[in-house]
Amino acid sequence: MPEVLRAPLVVEFPFTRSLGPVQSAFLTGLRERTVLGVRTGDGRVLVPPVEYDPVTAEELRELVEVHATGTVTTWAWNPAPRSQQPLARPFAWVLVRLDGADTALLHVLDAPGPDAVRTGMRVRVRWAAERTGAITDIACFEPYGSEPAPLPRAHNGSFPRTAAGPAAEAVTGIVAPARLDYTYAPGRAQSDHLAALAERRIVGERCPSCRKIYVPPRGACPTCGVATGEQVEVGPRGTVTTFCIVNIKAKNLDIEVPYVYAHIALDGADLALHGRIGGIPYDEVRMGLRVEPVWHDGARHPDHYRPTGEPDADYDTYKELL
Amino acid sequence: MPAEPVAVVGIGQTKHVAARRDVSIAGLVREAARRALDDAQLTWADIDAVVIGKAPDFFEGVMMPELYLADALGAVGKPMLRVHTAGSVGGSTALVAANLVAARVHATVLTLAFEKQSESNAMWGLSLPIPFQQPLLAGAGGFFAPHVRAYVRRTGAPDTVGSLVAYKDRRNALKNPYAHLHEHDITLEKVQASPMLWDPIRYSETCPSSDGACAMVLTDRVGAARSPRPPAWMHGGAMRSEPTMFAGKDFVSPQAGKDCAADVYRQAGITDPRREIDAVEMYVPFSWYEPMWLENLGFAAEGEGWKLTESGVTGLDGDLPVNPSGGVLSTNPIGASGMIRFAEAALQVRGQAGEHQVEGARRALGHAYGGGAQFFAMWLVGAEPPAT
Amino acid sequence: MTRYEAPYGRDIAVVAFAQTCHRRRSDELSEVEMLMPVLHQVLEATGLRTGDIGFTCSGSSDYLAGRAFSFTMALDGVGAWPPISESHVEMDGAWALYEAWVKLLTGQADTALVYAYGKSSPGEVRDVLTRQLDPYYAAPLWPDSVALAALQAQALIDAGEAGEPELAGVAARSRRAAAANPHAQLQGEVPRGEYHVRPLRVSDCPPVGDGAAAVILAAGERARELCGRPAWIRGMDHRIEAHALGVRDLTRSPSTRLAAERAGAFRRPVDTAELHAPFTSQEIVLRRSLDLDDRVRVNPSGGALAANPVMAAGLIRIGEAAARIHRGESDRALAHATSGPCLQQNLVAVLEGEADAR
Repeated sequence: MPEVLRAPLVVEFPFTRSLGPVQSAFLTGLRERTVLGVRTGDGRVLVPPVEYDPVTAEELRELVEVHATGTVTTWAWNPAPRSQQPLARPFAWVLVRLDGADTALLHVLDAPGPDAVRTGMRVRVRWAAERTGAITDIACFEPYGSEPAPLPRAHNGSFPRTAAGPAAEAVTGIVAPARLDYTYAPGRAQSDHLAALAERRIVGERCPSCRKIYVPPRGACPTCGVATGEQVEVGPRGTVTTFCIVNIKAKNLDIEVPYVYAHIALDGADLALHGRIGGIPYDEVRMGLRVEPVWHDGARHPDHYRPTGEPDADYDTYKELL
Repeated sequence: MPAEPVAVVGIGQTKHVAARRDVSIAGLVREAARRALDDAQLTWADIDAVVIGKAPDFFEGVMMPELYLADALGAVGKPMLRVHTAGSVGGSTALVAANLVAARVHATVLTLAFEKQSESNAMWGLSLPIPFQQPLLAGAGGFFAPHVRAYVRRTGAPDTVGSLVAYKDRRNALKNPYAHLHEHDITLEKVQASPMLWDPIRYSETCPSSDGACAMVLTDRVGAARSPRPPAWMHGGAMRSEPTMFAGKDFVSPQAGKDCAADVYRQAGITDPRREIDAVEMYVPFSWYEPMWLENLGFAAEGEGWKLTESGVTGLDGDLPVNPSGGVLSTNPIGASGMIRFAEAALQVRGQAGEHQVEGARRALGHAYGGGAQFFAMWLVGAEPPAT
Repeated sequence: MTRYEAPYGRDIAVVAFAQTCHRRRSDELSEVEMLMPVLHQVLEATGLRTGDIGFTCSGSSDYLAGRAFSFTMALDGVGAWPPISESHVEMDGAWALYEAWVKLLTGQADTALVYAYGKSSPGEVRDVLTRQLDPYYAAPLWPDSVALAALQAQALIDAGEAGEPELAGVAARSRRAAAANPHAQLQGEVPRGEYHVRPLRVSDCPPVGDGAAAVILAAGERARELCGRPAWIRGMDHRIEAHALGVRDLTRSPSTRLAAERAGAFRRPVDTAELHAPFTSQEIVLRRSLDLDDRVRVNPSGGALAANPVMAAGLIRIGEAAARIHRGESDRALAHATSGPCLQQNLVAVLEGEADAR
């Protein structure tokens, strides 16, 4: 059996998030080194401010300003920070109830070691030098021995003047880049298929129950729900069963338009696979066209399929494969 | 014990647009839910459970976003279920919610589906790279275009049918204040002159990418009796699935779609859908799917669906109006699109569809599909309670 | 408004359960290749074929797989032809079982196939799960699942409700129990290890791995035909809490408590509880919320501390509890599943075997 295949798979996107009024005010406030909360109908102050009351589901809009100092309500020491976390050196995760708030904010605490952290300790916000209107405008918390200053003050959520100058634009959105790294392994059947492709053979698998030949094989006969295993070489020639002409260029796809994307029933296979048609003007491709794969050096898959020159297949011979 | 009859007593939608920059994800779903509650004149406390659906989590980049949305939807302390059945999810979600009422597990359930596509980009979400696979296409249009060609080959339909559907649906959308696309200057000529993207599918025959949410309040007989507005009653509902690709799969008219419709008609006592159903909201992301689904759903004989479209039967003033709301071609927050079909069908039989109301609609079909034309969800709603 | 106390219209039971031998990696198997054998096992156990099943429902996660629509390929293992009545939740399979249970309660189906699978090996599950958090205030900090559980554990310690010795006790008991579970990934003596995120040590955390599970449900007489001693679902309920950790009392699980009440868990004592507690500290929170004392056998399978295939681990709790009833080792068992950060969402099912069927 060929070696099991693996390859890195990176899923990465900079998500653009609109904030709505409450979150907008909070993140604008952080940029202006001010921490805002929101007051609920029964008078509790929630920090960070949420748009809807977690208890009653009522919409919340009454903003208040709380203090940048607070008390740790629980903590956890992280000896090995992960790459996208706020601090690169060991730190404590903390929930901090800021002075004037009734709920706690999740963030990190910069401390020399776990022995310097305890529940109930007093901390304050350490502001990031560069602030953009994001939760990371709080660089972290730091130990700070002060007395609690409990009272929140009313705030209208706007910041007409700032230290840097007048008329700061409110933050209405954030860009949240997210990257996750995976190792993709296609499994036994596809690995075998891919190994054969490297030898320029197209190998499908036969269902032991219905005897249909699947290509590319996915390890199970989807209609019988049983494992396929018996390998059967199909093609290399086949018939175009249907197609479309692609006229828009896709990002990250290095194919000149227009091109023909076709379903191709390889001789001996019981369903069509997908491929590009070349070696013929795009507007001359037709259903029933007989084609064969064209391989390029160094590529695993056929680059495209080209006409064989045989007469077109009769519609009745492939209509069941449509 | 027979199942409890299920009534739709509240419906809410957001105004669907390309990007709702003024709200968070929570703000978006909240708006639809609030409108559904207001329609039913109910409060959060009246809701026993929340069933939410959306398409892949990668679209917003939030894994299981219902965890974060529990607060906004008043679900704290309540059961909350999250459904994902690809493009059919909006329909499936409503059916899961309906079953909670039918089984008498809950009396009143809020169901909601959404997509905020502007947080990422649908093309990216639908085309994540898969190692060892040859990238040939991006997006859904190229996937479905060959099946459209197969339909045209099989039926001999004239090339113009797709443009007729697109023109009709975009015109209908002008009568629907919640529709995304309001193309006031649309003409048939403009549709037919729009660029060919995935031949045979033109730009104007494709759906937009929308931010939007749709919510419904479902309840039992007791709840329906208190409803301030006429309820829509569920007469039948079903889901059917078949594999993505298999030997013998009919991509043009999938068996799962036929079976699903047959099950719904059986439950509703429908023997002649063409005569007995007054309006249809079907999931048509590419214009040619209207004639294809007309056949698949039993409104026309095989090969004859395009004739209904061509002769105007599916127009708002025809005798089988299809997508009076403007359909998916005018509004497509992917995960919500199926629920919008279900909700629009309910609006029709409640007589609440406003300018796009089909006169005297008593029975309407809501339809959704997804994946590789493999997942189907449908319901049939009526103005009268079902016979029990 | 809600008729929780009304008797359900039908009696429904778990009649078969199967799971994979859970492993750290399974690169040689695609998801469907991993899943298919457990589907075959539950079908063989009942003598049913796919075509006999009235409803199929599954649970899985695209984020875990790193691929959109990943569940569509898993359907290949079912043999969905002719087409089947089928649904999917982007949740742990326990909630797929809940959806199937409701479907059977409506009378629209008499049998249901429920399955769930998850491969944690392709990605870094600690990072992946950060994407579950509120995307504005929490997710940008990338607080991983172990860190959040550690905050909860410290809150428990601060409240004087547990110390590291109690946590160690849970870890040791779970892995000892798992020695008798051939499907477990971690068995027997496991060293306490270093702090992963203090106060949680390596042994307080679940193993990371891949696995799948399947269950068959059947209603009424059908259940008796398919299983010698069906595990009757006497009640099932699930509840969610507020999302943000800072507004919750992390030392309690009120949603578990409420779900258990609604499921009728407190009407009579249970003899067995399968709790979905991936972290030792969470078992302590759950035991308190469920009033479980020493007379109750907790996690005889070893629980999620012995094998935690994400998306399947909750369904496995129901399956394990049911299997003990099938084997006559339990008469009344509680099964629990959780989802979300620090036990945000919880499901409780109460299962019983009939005395005369032993």
